[in-house]
Amino acid sequence: MEGTKRKRSLTLPQNKSGLFRLIAAVVVFALLFWRVGAVATVSQFGADTWLRLAVSGLILGGMYALIAIGYTLVYGILFMINFAHGEVMMIGAFGGYFVFEAFNAIPVTSADGTTLSLLNSYPILAVFLAFLVGMSIAALAGFLLEKIAYRPLRGAPRLVPLISAIGASIFLQNAGQLLFGPQRREYINPDLLTRGTGWEIPIGESSVMLTYTGVFSLVLSAILMIGLFVLVQRTKLGKAMRAVAQDKSTAALMGVDVDKVISQTFVISGLLAGAAGVMWGIHNQLINYFTGFLPGIKAFTAAVLGGIGNIPGAMIGGLFLGIVESVGPAALGIDFQLKDVIAFSILILVLIFRPSGILGEALAEEKV
Amino acid sequence: MMLEVNDLNVYYGAIHALKGVSFQLKEGEIVALIGANGAGKSTSLKAVSSLVKVRSGEIFYRGEPLTTVPPQDVVKKGIIHVPEGRKIFPRMSVVENLEMGAYVHDNRDAFETDMEAMFERFPRLRERRKQSGGTLSGGEQQMLAIARGLMAHPQLLLLDEPSMGLAPIIVEQIFDIIRDINKQGTTILLVEQNAQMALSIADRGYVLETGRVVLEGKADDLMENPVVQEAYLGGH
Repeated sequence: MEGTKRKRSLTLPQNKSGLFRLIAAVVVFALLFWRVGAVATVSQFGADTWLRLAVSGLILGGMYALIAIGYTLVYGILFMINFAHGEVMMIGAFGGYFVFEAFNAIPVTSADGTTLSLLNSYPILAVFLAFLVGMSIAALAGFLLEKIAYRPLRGAPRLVPLISAIGASIFLQNAGQLLFGPQRREYINPDLLTRGTGWEIPIGESSVMLTYTGVFSLVLSAILMIGLFVLVQRTKLGKAMRAVAQDKSTAALMGVDVDKVISQTFVISGLLAGAAGVMWGIHNQLINYFTGFLPGIKAFTAAVLGGIGNIPGAMIGGLFLGIVESVGPAALGIDFQLKDVIAFSILILVLIFRPSGILGEALAEEKV
Repeated sequence: MMLEVNDLNVYYGAIHALKGVSFQLKEGEIVALIGANGAGKSTSLKAVSSLVKVRSGEIFYRGEPLTTVPPQDVVKKGIIHVPEGRKIFPRMSVVENLEMGAYVHDNRDAFETDMEAMFERFPRLRERRKQSGGTLSGGEQQMLAIARGLMAHPQLLLLDEPSMGLAPIIVEQIFDIIRDINKQGTTILLVEQNAQMALSIADRGYVLETGRVVLEGKADDLMENPVVQEAYLGGH
């Protein structure tokens, strides 16, 4: 199976539609290169600008990757797209927001008579708790989402849980609007993580700033992704998750409680999305009930791009999408507002030309 | 009685797959369920390991009811089902497959010892230990499936078509191993289309036809039975 699959990409496609797609792909890529080349020759941007765009794309990509892992894990086990996953991220973002709010509201007078908020007296504790609360609440949301919206539909045709997912997404958005109001709220960071401050890295005559919030987000994303990878590869839970993804009945015959593993998968997905939500708030400042929607769909795009069901694929897809979205508008010489168009064009192109994603789909046999 | 199955009825949708099947196993026996494709042999095993829902009837394991126990808890009682078609986890290594077999046990040291014992019994698996399950040959996969089952320390081993799709020489090997496992104290319920092989190692047997037990008896008697010879042993 694997052998024939690999061969196919090396030889010319046999059928007409395959040939058409190949030609179309070549045309699309030729146009892209031509456009990028044309823009590059007249571009005013120096190396520093490109680097700045790439760095901010990488930071964004780290957050996409964390959310994308959740899509991929759930797809790997249930073969469904959890469209409410972006809302789980939004819930996590609010969890962190309220921790910062609470810390900011409590004044602390230190020995030398100066008064600071608790947020700035214990910034590390505040950040730690913000992530702890944000991730826990998002994990709980993921857990309940599966219990309420998906578990009763186990065994139903695949379209049914998908519709339930879209319903859950709309429900959670509206619940968020009811609870938190429609207005945008500002994440109050501790002074340690003031937005717009960071390390200046000189590049030629100019310099590129690595913001503290950005570096912090990227490092934390990397740690969480490594942690997840170790969990899936090395731990008993991770192995049970892989076994359930490959063959549910046989996993049950090994003594794996399949329903429990599915719940745990949603909890882990929720933890990662919650972390991404808090990072989103810390780095991007404003959140509201709708905050999860666009990153959710972008992360879904990233997961498809990397090969849905494939964990390293989701990570690479997330980082790649973040960078393309950030660098793309400048490289194509179009408005920055068109970044979403680029992201979703990628989704469409991947679905047409390589639906199995960059790294292929690791779960092909069960899917059919 | 180790395992007692009474008047089992199982449906797949509208299809009545088991129509009042009953059989028993005593401690230490090898019992064979034989019969044609679709006779209900695999379904009987799946009912014991709780992979299919039982409409009516009862299953007792050492006197305790087993009928509504979920599959993961059946495993914990020491009943291990090696499924038809081997069902190796294709994207896990041989070692990881064995780890899944030992899933209900938590002792790392015991795992190393048990794995070593499996590699003694199946030297081919030692050579392939890092390879992913999907790349093994059919015979190797069957050996891995049995080894994976043994990792859980079964008291009752349910084997579904261990000879399926294997070369005769490999089948001989597998059946020697099954006999050996039984000698070391594991009770075995064997489902086979290869009735000749199955009855040659079994103590007793049941013949299933379209969801019913039509004959039962000592394996030797079944071998002599003209009906069985005609239908399942190639008529010689």
